[in-house]
Amino acid sequence: MSEFFGSPHALLVLVLAGFLPNEIWRMAGLWFGAGVDEGSEVLVWVRAVATAILAGVIAQILVQPPGALAGVPDWLRYGAVAAGFAMFMLTRRSIFAGVVSGEIILLAGKWWLG
Amino acid sequence: MALPPLDSPQWKSPFRAFAWGVSSVASTVLTLVLFATYLGIGALAHDSQFSLGWVLGSTLLVWAGPAQIILISTLGSGATAVQAAIAVTVSAIRLFPMVVSVLPLMKTPKTRRRHLVLATHFIAVTLWVECYRLLPKVPRERRIAFTHGLGCGLVTVCMIATTFGYALAAKLPPLFAAAILLLTPLAFLLSTARNCRQISDVLALVLGLSLFPLVSMLHTGVDILISGVTAGSMAYGVHWWRERARA
Repeated sequence: MSEFFGSPHALLVLVLAGFLPNEIWRMAGLWFGAGVDEGSEVLVWVRAVATAILAGVIAQILVQPPGALAGVPDWLRYGAVAAGFAMFMLTRRSIFAGVVSGEIILLAGKWWLG
Repeated sequence: MALPPLDSPQWKSPFRAFAWGVSSVASTVLTLVLFATYLGIGALAHDSQFSLGWVLGSTLLVWAGPAQIILISTLGSGATAVQAAIAVTVSAIRLFPMVVSVLPLMKTPKTRRRHLVLATHFIAVTLWVECYRLLPKVPRERRIAFTHGLGCGLVTVCMIATTFGYALAAKLPPLFAAAILLLTPLAFLLSTARNCRQISDVLALVLGLSLFPLVSMLHTGVDILISGVTAGSMAYGVHWWRERARA
Protein backbone atom coordinates (compact mmCIF):
# COMPACT_ATOMS: atom_id res chain seq x y z
CA MET A 1 0.00 0.00 0.00
CA SER A 2 2.82 2.39 0.88
CA GLU A 3 4.32 1.72 -2.54
CA PHE A 4 1.02 2.69 -4.21
CA PHE A 5 0.71 6.03 -2.41
CA GLY A 6 4.39 6.84 -1.90
CA SER A 7 5.63 8.71 1.17
CA PRO A 8 3.21 10.38 3.62
CA HIS A 9 5.19 13.57 3.06
CA ALA A 10 4.30 13.57 -0.68
CA LEU A 11 0.61 13.16 0.19
CA LEU A 12 0.82 16.05 2.64
CA VAL A 13 2.33 18.21 -0.12
CA LEU A 14 -0.52 17.13 -2.44
CA VAL A 15 -3.09 18.38 0.06
CA LEU A 16 -1.25 21.58 1.07
CA ALA A 17 0.13 22.66 -2.32
CA GLY A 18 -2.48 21.11 -4.65
CA PHE A 19 -5.87 20.52 -3.05
CA LEU A 20 -6.22 23.48 -0.67
CA PRO A 21 -4.93 26.35 -2.90
CA ASN A 22 -7.21 25.08 -5.70
CA GLU A 23 -10.32 24.23 -3.65
CA ILE A 24 -10.35 27.54 -1.76
CA TRP A 25 -11.65 29.32 -4.90
CA ARG A 26 -14.48 26.84 -5.34
CA MET A 27 -15.52 27.21 -1.70
CA ALA A 28 -15.27 31.01 -1.94
CA GLY A 29 -17.57 30.76 -4.98
CA LEU A 30 -19.99 28.63 -2.93
CA TRP A 31 -19.94 31.18 -0.12
CA PHE A 32 -20.79 34.09 -2.42
CA GLY A 33 -22.72 32.27 -5.15
CA ALA A 34 -25.26 30.45 -2.98
CA GLY A 35 -26.99 33.75 -2.23
CA VAL A 36 -27.29 35.00 -5.83
CA ASP A 37 -30.56 34.62 -7.78
CA GLU A 38 -30.62 33.10 -11.27
CA GLY A 39 -32.09 36.15 -12.99
CA SER A 40 -29.83 38.62 -11.21
CA GLU A 41 -27.93 41.20 -13.26
CA VAL A 42 -24.64 40.61 -11.40
CA LEU A 43 -24.62 37.08 -12.86
CA VAL A 44 -24.38 38.50 -16.39
CA TRP A 45 -21.17 40.27 -15.32
CA VAL A 46 -19.80 37.23 -13.43
CA ARG A 47 -20.43 35.01 -16.45
CA ALA A 48 -18.74 37.49 -18.78
CA VAL A 49 -15.69 37.56 -16.46
CA ALA A 50 -15.63 33.73 -16.25
CA THR A 51 -15.80 33.52 -20.06
CA ALA A 52 -13.05 36.13 -20.51
CA ILE A 53 -10.73 34.42 -17.97
CA LEU A 54 -11.25 31.16 -19.84
CA ALA A 55 -10.45 32.99 -23.10
CA GLY A 56 -7.21 34.11 -21.40
CA VAL A 57 -6.36 30.48 -20.53
CA ILE A 58 -6.95 29.50 -24.19
CA ALA A 59 -4.83 32.42 -25.48
CA GLN A 60 -2.03 31.62 -23.02
CA ILE A 61 -1.68 28.02 -24.22
CA LEU A 62 -1.57 29.21 -27.86
CA VAL A 63 0.76 32.19 -27.36
CA GLN A 64 3.06 30.66 -24.71
CA PRO A 65 2.72 26.93 -25.58
CA PRO A 66 3.80 24.41 -22.91
CA GLY A 67 5.98 21.31 -23.42
CA ALA A 68 5.67 19.44 -26.70
CA LEU A 69 3.31 22.04 -28.18
CA ALA A 70 6.20 24.52 -28.22
CA GLY A 71 7.78 22.35 -30.93
CA VAL A 72 4.87 23.14 -33.29
CA PRO A 73 5.41 26.31 -35.40
CA ASP A 74 3.18 29.31 -34.54
CA TRP A 75 1.36 29.31 -37.88
CA LEU A 76 0.44 25.64 -37.51
CA ARG A 77 -0.92 26.10 -33.96
CA TYR A 78 -3.05 29.10 -34.93
CA GLY A 79 -4.03 27.49 -38.25
CA ALA A 80 -5.20 24.28 -36.54
CA VAL A 81 -7.37 26.21 -34.05
CA ALA A 82 -8.76 28.46 -36.83
CA ALA A 83 -9.61 25.40 -38.96
CA GLY A 84 -11.30 23.76 -35.96
CA PHE A 85 -13.35 26.89 -35.33
CA ALA A 86 -14.33 27.18 -39.01
CA MET A 87 -15.50 23.54 -39.07
CA PHE A 88 -17.42 24.12 -35.81
CA MET A 89 -19.32 27.01 -37.45
CA LEU A 90 -19.90 25.10 -40.72
CA THR A 91 -21.36 22.09 -38.89
CA ARG A 92 -23.87 24.14 -36.88
CA ARG A 93 -21.70 24.24 -33.77
CA SER A 94 -20.53 20.64 -33.53
CA ILE A 95 -17.68 20.57 -30.97
CA PHE A 96 -16.77 17.08 -32.14
CA ALA A 97 -16.30 18.11 -35.80
CA GLY A 98 -14.31 21.17 -34.72
CA VAL A 99 -11.97 19.32 -32.36
CA VAL A 100 -11.34 16.48 -34.84
CA SER A 101 -10.59 18.88 -37.75
CA GLY A 102 -8.24 20.98 -35.63
CA GLU A 103 -6.34 17.89 -34.49
CA ILE A 104 -6.14 16.50 -38.05
CA ILE A 105 -4.62 19.78 -39.29
CA LEU A 106 -2.06 19.73 -36.46
CA LEU A 107 -1.06 16.10 -37.03
CA ALA A 108 -1.01 16.45 -40.84
CA GLY A 109 1.09 19.62 -40.57
CA LYS A 110 3.57 18.01 -38.16
CA TRP A 111 3.82 14.93 -40.37
CA TRP A 112 4.35 17.07 -43.50
CA LEU A 113 7.05 19.11 -41.76
CA GLY A 114 8.71 15.83 -40.78
CA MET B 1 -29.16 9.67 -25.86
CA ALA B 2 -32.00 11.96 -24.73
CA LEU B 3 -33.07 12.77 -21.19
CA PRO B 4 -36.70 12.02 -20.24
CA PRO B 5 -39.14 14.98 -20.52
CA LEU B 6 -39.30 17.35 -17.54
CA ASP B 7 -42.67 16.00 -16.33
CA SER B 8 -41.68 12.32 -16.65
CA PRO B 9 -42.18 10.17 -13.49
CA GLN B 10 -38.60 8.99 -14.01
CA TRP B 11 -37.42 12.20 -12.32
CA LYS B 12 -39.34 11.33 -9.11
CA SER B 13 -36.39 9.40 -7.68
CA PRO B 14 -33.12 11.23 -6.88
CA PHE B 15 -31.25 7.97 -7.58
CA ARG B 16 -32.65 7.85 -11.13
CA ALA B 17 -31.60 11.50 -11.54
CA PHE B 18 -28.09 10.57 -10.35
CA ALA B 19 -28.04 7.69 -12.86
CA TRP B 20 -29.14 10.02 -15.68
CA GLY B 21 -26.28 12.30 -14.67
CA VAL B 22 -23.77 9.43 -14.85
CA SER B 23 -25.04 8.32 -18.27
CA SER B 24 -24.90 11.88 -19.61
CA VAL B 25 -21.11 11.47 -19.50
CA ALA B 26 -21.56 9.53 -22.76
CA SER B 27 -23.47 12.40 -24.40
CA THR B 28 -20.57 14.84 -24.72
CA VAL B 29 -17.37 14.84 -26.72
CA LEU B 30 -15.77 16.74 -23.84
CA THR B 31 -15.54 13.38 -22.03
CA LEU B 32 -13.12 12.21 -24.76
CA VAL B 33 -11.16 15.44 -24.43
CA LEU B 34 -10.89 14.90 -20.65
CA PHE B 35 -9.86 11.28 -21.19
CA ALA B 36 -6.99 12.30 -23.47
CA THR B 37 -5.97 15.15 -21.16
CA TYR B 38 -5.80 12.80 -18.15
CA LEU B 39 -3.83 10.23 -20.17
CA GLY B 40 -1.33 13.07 -20.54
CA ILE B 41 -1.45 13.92 -16.81
CA GLY B 42 -0.91 10.26 -15.85
CA ALA B 43 2.09 10.06 -18.21
CA LEU B 44 3.50 13.36 -16.90
CA ALA B 45 3.22 12.11 -13.28
CA HIS B 46 5.00 8.88 -14.20
CA ASP B 47 7.82 10.75 -15.94
CA SER B 48 8.13 13.11 -12.95
CA GLN B 49 8.38 10.05 -10.61
CA PHE B 50 5.22 10.48 -8.58
CA SER B 51 3.40 7.36 -7.34
CA LEU B 52 0.22 6.17 -9.05
CA GLY B 53 -1.74 6.65 -5.81
CA TRP B 54 -0.50 10.23 -5.56
CA VAL B 55 -1.59 11.21 -9.08
CA LEU B 56 -4.97 9.46 -8.66
CA GLY B 57 -5.38 11.41 -5.42
CA SER B 58 -4.63 14.63 -7.31
CA THR B 59 -7.30 13.80 -9.92
CA LEU B 60 -9.85 13.14 -7.17
CA LEU B 61 -8.97 16.08 -4.90
CA VAL B 62 -7.74 18.81 -7.26
CA TRP B 63 -9.97 17.92 -10.23
CA ALA B 64 -8.69 20.68 -12.53
CA GLY B 65 -6.38 19.74 -15.41
CA PRO B 66 -4.31 22.94 -15.60
CA ALA B 67 -3.74 23.00 -11.80
CA GLN B 68 -2.61 19.36 -11.81
CA ILE B 69 -0.18 19.95 -14.70
CA ILE B 70 1.24 22.96 -12.84
CA LEU B 71 1.48 21.05 -9.55
CA ILE B 72 3.26 18.06 -11.10
CA SER B 73 5.63 20.09 -13.26
CA THR B 74 6.61 22.61 -10.55
CA LEU B 75 7.15 19.96 -7.83
CA GLY B 76 8.83 17.67 -10.40
CA SER B 77 11.30 20.40 -11.34
CA GLY B 78 12.35 20.75 -7.68
CA ALA B 79 10.33 23.83 -6.66
CA THR B 80 9.24 24.15 -3.03
CA ALA B 81 5.68 23.34 -1.92
CA VAL B 82 5.07 27.06 -1.29
CA GLN B 83 6.05 27.97 -4.88
CA ALA B 84 3.81 25.21 -6.22
CA ALA B 85 0.89 26.32 -4.02
CA ILE B 86 1.15 29.90 -5.32
CA ALA B 87 1.23 28.78 -8.96
CA VAL B 88 -1.75 26.46 -8.38
CA THR B 89 -3.87 29.08 -6.62
CA VAL B 90 -3.27 31.66 -9.36
CA SER B 91 -4.42 29.14 -11.98
CA ALA B 92 -7.51 28.29 -9.90
CA ILE B 93 -8.95 31.81 -9.61
CA ARG B 94 -11.07 31.13 -12.71
CA LEU B 95 -13.05 28.56 -10.70
CA PHE B 96 -14.52 31.32 -8.54
CA PRO B 97 -16.66 33.09 -11.20
CA MET B 98 -17.59 29.69 -12.68
CA VAL B 99 -18.99 28.47 -9.36
CA VAL B 100 -20.79 31.75 -8.67
CA SER B 101 -22.43 31.73 -12.11
CA VAL B 102 -23.51 28.08 -12.20
CA LEU B 103 -24.76 27.44 -8.63
CA PRO B 104 -27.94 29.53 -9.01
CA LEU B 105 -29.06 27.02 -11.69
CA MET B 106 -28.97 24.21 -9.11
CA LYS B 107 -30.64 25.63 -6.06
CA THR B 108 -34.24 25.76 -4.90
CA PRO B 109 -35.55 27.97 -2.09
CA LYS B 110 -34.96 25.02 0.30
CA THR B 111 -31.33 24.42 -0.71
CA ARG B 112 -28.71 24.98 2.01
CA ARG B 113 -25.06 25.73 1.31
CA ARG B 114 -23.91 22.34 2.61
CA HIS B 115 -26.09 20.58 0.00
CA LEU B 116 -24.00 22.24 -2.71
CA VAL B 117 -20.49 21.40 -1.38
CA LEU B 118 -19.94 18.24 -3.46
CA ALA B 119 -21.47 19.74 -6.62
CA THR B 120 -19.18 22.76 -6.13
CA HIS B 121 -16.14 20.50 -5.88
CA PHE B 122 -16.97 18.98 -9.29
CA ILE B 123 -17.13 22.35 -11.06
CA ALA B 124 -14.38 22.85 -13.62
CA VAL B 125 -14.64 23.89 -17.27
CA THR B 126 -16.35 20.71 -18.48
CA LEU B 127 -19.00 20.64 -15.78
CA TRP B 128 -19.56 24.40 -16.10
CA VAL B 129 -20.28 24.09 -19.83
CA GLU B 130 -22.34 20.91 -19.51
CA CYS B 131 -24.47 22.33 -16.68
CA TYR B 132 -25.54 25.20 -18.92
CA ARG B 133 -26.42 22.70 -21.65
CA LEU B 134 -28.06 19.95 -19.57
CA LEU B 135 -29.57 21.45 -16.40
CA PRO B 136 -32.44 23.23 -18.22
CA LYS B 137 -33.58 19.73 -19.26
CA VAL B 138 -33.63 18.51 -15.62
CA PRO B 139 -36.39 19.39 -13.09
CA ARG B 140 -35.01 21.94 -10.63
CA GLU B 141 -35.38 19.78 -7.51
CA ARG B 142 -33.30 16.99 -9.13
CA ARG B 143 -30.47 19.14 -10.47
CA ILE B 144 -28.08 18.59 -7.54
CA ALA B 145 -28.49 14.79 -7.75
CA PHE B 146 -28.01 14.98 -11.53
CA THR B 147 -24.84 17.07 -11.13
CA HIS B 148 -23.48 14.59 -8.55
CA GLY B 149 -24.00 11.81 -11.10
CA LEU B 150 -22.36 13.76 -13.91
CA GLY B 151 -19.42 14.71 -11.66
CA CYS B 152 -18.89 11.16 -10.34
CA GLY B 153 -19.06 9.80 -13.91
CA LEU B 154 -16.48 12.27 -15.23
CA VAL B 155 -14.11 11.76 -12.26
CA THR B 156 -14.31 7.96 -12.75
CA VAL B 157 -13.49 8.26 -16.47
CA CYS B 158 -10.53 10.53 -15.61
CA MET B 159 -9.21 8.21 -12.87
CA ILE B 160 -9.19 5.39 -15.45
CA ALA B 161 -7.44 7.65 -17.98
CA THR B 162 -4.88 8.73 -15.35
CA THR B 163 -4.09 5.05 -14.63
CA PHE B 164 -3.73 4.22 -18.37
CA GLY B 165 -1.53 7.26 -18.96
CA TYR B 166 0.66 6.31 -15.98
CA ALA B 167 1.05 2.74 -17.24
CA LEU B 168 1.65 3.70 -20.89
CA ALA B 169 3.91 6.70 -20.26
CA ALA B 170 7.04 5.28 -21.85
CA LYS B 171 5.15 4.10 -24.95
CA LEU B 172 3.43 7.36 -25.96
CA PRO B 173 4.89 8.95 -29.13
CA PRO B 174 6.02 12.64 -28.89
CA LEU B 175 3.50 13.71 -31.58
CA PHE B 176 0.74 12.45 -29.28
CA ALA B 177 1.93 14.80 -26.53
CA ALA B 178 1.56 17.85 -28.82
CA ALA B 179 -1.89 16.67 -29.95
CA ILE B 180 -3.06 16.27 -26.32
CA LEU B 181 -1.82 19.73 -25.40
CA LEU B 182 -3.75 21.28 -28.30
CA LEU B 183 -6.96 19.57 -27.14
CA THR B 184 -7.39 21.89 -24.15
CA PRO B 185 -7.45 25.24 -26.03
CA LEU B 186 -9.45 23.76 -28.92
CA ALA B 187 -12.13 22.18 -26.72
CA PHE B 188 -12.25 25.15 -24.30
CA LEU B 189 -12.69 27.57 -27.23
CA LEU B 190 -15.45 25.61 -28.96
CA SER B 191 -17.36 24.73 -25.81
CA THR B 192 -17.22 28.32 -24.57
CA ALA B 193 -18.37 29.52 -28.00
CA ARG B 194 -21.32 27.11 -27.87
CA ASN B 195 -22.08 28.31 -24.33
CA CYS B 196 -22.54 31.95 -25.41
CA ARG B 197 -26.12 33.09 -24.78
CA GLN B 198 -25.91 36.86 -24.89
CA ILE B 199 -23.91 39.50 -26.71
CA SER B 200 -21.91 39.99 -23.48
CA ASP B 201 -20.70 36.36 -23.62
CA VAL B 202 -19.58 36.61 -27.26
CA LEU B 203 -17.80 39.91 -26.57
CA ALA B 204 -16.16 38.50 -23.41
CA LEU B 205 -14.76 35.60 -25.44
CA VAL B 206 -13.43 37.76 -28.29
CA LEU B 207 -12.07 40.52 -26.02
CA GLY B 208 -10.55 37.96 -23.62
CA LEU B 209 -8.71 36.22 -26.48
CA SER B 210 -7.35 39.49 -27.89
CA LEU B 211 -6.54 41.23 -24.60
CA PHE B 212 -4.45 38.43 -23.06
CA PRO B 213 -1.50 38.66 -25.53
CA LEU B 214 -1.27 42.40 -24.76
CA VAL B 215 -1.54 42.06 -20.97
CA SER B 216 0.95 39.16 -20.95
CA MET B 217 3.69 41.59 -22.03
CA LEU B 218 3.42 43.13 -18.55
CA HIS B 219 4.52 39.83 -16.92
CA THR B 220 2.57 40.51 -13.73
CA GLY B 221 2.07 36.85 -12.77
CA VAL B 222 -1.71 37.43 -12.72
CA ASP B 223 -2.01 38.40 -16.42
CA ILE B 224 -5.00 36.10 -16.97
CA LEU B 225 -6.86 37.65 -14.08
CA ILE B 226 -6.20 41.22 -15.27
CA SER B 227 -7.17 40.53 -18.90
CA GLY B 228 -10.18 38.45 -17.81
CA VAL B 229 -11.69 40.98 -15.41
CA THR B 230 -11.04 43.84 -17.86
CA ALA B 231 -12.46 42.05 -20.93
CA GLY B 232 -15.42 40.67 -18.96
CA SER B 233 -16.28 44.08 -17.52
CA MET B 234 -16.01 45.73 -20.96
CA ALA B 235 -18.35 43.10 -22.37
CA TYR B 236 -20.77 43.65 -19.50
CA GLY B 237 -20.55 47.43 -20.09
CA VAL B 238 -21.75 46.94 -23.68
CA HIS B 239 -24.62 44.74 -22.45
CA TRP B 240 -25.59 47.35 -19.82
CA TRP B 241 -25.45 50.19 -22.36
CA ARG B 242 -27.61 48.27 -24.87
CA GLU B 243 -30.22 47.42 -22.20
CA ARG B 244 -30.38 51.07 -21.19
CA ALA B 245 -30.73 52.23 -24.81
CA ARG B 246 -33.59 49.75 -25.24
CA ALA B 247 -35.47 50.84 -22.10
